[in-house]
Amino acid sequence: MGNLIGVLFDGVAYGSLLFLISVGLSVTMGLMNFVNLAHGAFAMLGGFVCVTLLSRLGMPFLLTLPLAFAASAAAGFVLERALYRRLYKASHLDQVLFSIGLTFMSVAGATYLFGPSQQPVQLPEWLRGQVHIAGLDVGSYRLFLIGVVVLVTLALGWLIERTRFGAQIRASVDNQQASAGLGINVSRVFSLTFALGSGLAGLGGGLGIDVLGLDPTFPIKYMVYFLLVVAVGGAGTVKGPLLAAIVLGIFDVAGKYYVPEVGAFVIYGLMVILLLLFPNGLIVRRS
Amino acid sequence: MSTAPVVTHGLADGRWKPLEILFWLLPLAAYFLAPGYLVLVSQIMIVGLFAMSLDLILGYAGIVSLGHAAFFGLGAYTAGLLAVHGWGEPISGLFAAAAVSALAGYLVSFLIVRGQDLTRLMVTLGIGLMLFEAANKAAFVTGGVDGLSGMMVGKLLGVFEFDLAGKTAFLYSFVVLFLLFVVLRRLVNSPFGLSLKGIREGGRRMPAIGADVNKRLTAIFTVGAAVAGVAGALLAQTTQFVSLDSLGFARSAELLIILVLGGTGRLYGALVGATVFMLAQDYIAGLNPAYWQFWIGLLLIVIVLFARGGILGGLERLAGPLLKKNRNGAQP
Repeated sequence: MGNLIGVLFDGVAYGSLLFLISVGLSVTMGLMNFVNLAHGAFAMLGGFVCVTLLSRLGMPFLLTLPLAFAASAAAGFVLERALYRRLYKASHLDQVLFSIGLTFMSVAGATYLFGPSQQPVQLPEWLRGQVHIAGLDVGSYRLFLIGVVVLVTLALGWLIERTRFGAQIRASVDNQQASAGLGINVSRVFSLTFALGSGLAGLGGGLGIDVLGLDPTFPIKYMVYFLLVVAVGGAGTVKGPLLAAIVLGIFDVAGKYYVPEVGAFVIYGLMVILLLLFPNGLIVRRS
Repeated sequence: MSTAPVVTHGLADGRWKPLEILFWLLPLAAYFLAPGYLVLVSQIMIVGLFAMSLDLILGYAGIVSLGHAAFFGLGAYTAGLLAVHGWGEPISGLFAAAAVSALAGYLVSFLIVRGQDLTRLMVTLGIGLMLFEAANKAAFVTGGVDGLSGMMVGKLLGVFEFDLAGKTAFLYSFVVLFLLFVVLRRLVNSPFGLSLKGIREGGRRMPAIGADVNKRLTAIFTVGAAVAGVAGALLAQTTQFVSLDSLGFARSAELLIILVLGGTGRLYGALVGATVFMLAQDYIAGLNPAYWQFWIGLLLIVIVLFARGGILGGLERLAGPLLKKNRNGAQP
């Protein structure tokens, strides 16, 4: 029984991390209608920023996280302005090819800069070990993860639902022409939204070094998971990916724990079944 | 050995042009002029066949697949397992591989017709990954990461043994590629092929002219899977080895690159793309593979942004005015 709850807890922690990284992709795929397979590259960038600052400069872990966000957001902003925006109207095939190309380049670039091996990480003392809550021992790092993701999600909800910028995002993605007519600078809103999504991916990459690991193949290794969260959850919503990420996180952890000989089969099978039952995702966006 | 007389007789909408005949004489020229490269050229032809199978479903029917290697690998393992367990006759092995892949393609096609682009992407990706995991975990059947070795491939037609220089493998691959090309060329030039293009351009309007879109997509996806299976089986038989990466995502992605590099929707694009890609890879192979991936990525981005239509599309644009002049000159 304790085992089951432990697996559930780990699954939720893992799932919330997946959600944090994928939520930006949900926006690009669902709202901007861009299939961005390179999303994991932004997460990897955040991861490498964290690792570099931690190990080379000895910066405290908590301080590296906002920097990981900033670096990935900046990279996202620049790439959106320079390349992505040219392809918003292109076919999905072109977008897929473009983002596969970008993924390959990021993998090769990271190998060149950091070498092909897994990055070692030393988490700060207070994140190692276990915490005793309600008769259960839970990893403090995973607890911290869940906490951060809850905070970020609340902040994101506030940003989108309550602020002026959020209103501009919602208006722009619903009807670009009408929004432009109302004086919203749609292309600027798109750039900033893309940057926000990339930044969240970077934050997730930095937070997840200990859970997901970090090596140059990261963008390809986890590409499926991010895509899965969005496709299964329903692109363009926040609730959908959240639900999907938690479900997938739990199933993946449980699958690896209880039936290790089947491995990742569980998650891919689950995905195909879910896509069959809900071709448009668990939660369909009203438009 | 000469192929020209076989192929010139009438196809409704597709008479063979001199350039095409010349194209098909090139590999044969390589056979005599560059005997040291037979192995490479047969691999190019196999990859070309594989890319052609993707062209059927992507270039003609417009289905974006990220898991086409599933069918390639399925074919490779089918032929490989047959040969390991004593059925070494190559041609029946090809047919068995085609049958298994076609069946798998037929089943998967029902998932394909259900969704739109994004769902299709995910389903093909998921199926590919599932097969990869299955082959990886079922090491007692497939050899897992070590690959399937110990294949005993019999003599071709009971006469020609597969030799180290790759002569038999070369001619075998060439004949299979050419025969399948003739069939597929006929297929895409038929009314059926035309209806596929119609689906690609705007599937919603096709039912209005009485075309059952789903049935057509199922049919072409099955054919594409079967051809991919044959390509996989060819690779297995000619190299006498099947490895896990014949099923991997990297292979599916690479295949997309090859096809787009050559140009989609014209069959020859697959062959040209395979040739250019494999020669470049062979040339740069001495360098760090990471660099190779970097340049491939850059190439993809450049193609998408500036050179849509790939090599053949570019050539067509360049040669367009020239050809038009010629045609006008011939038929005033």
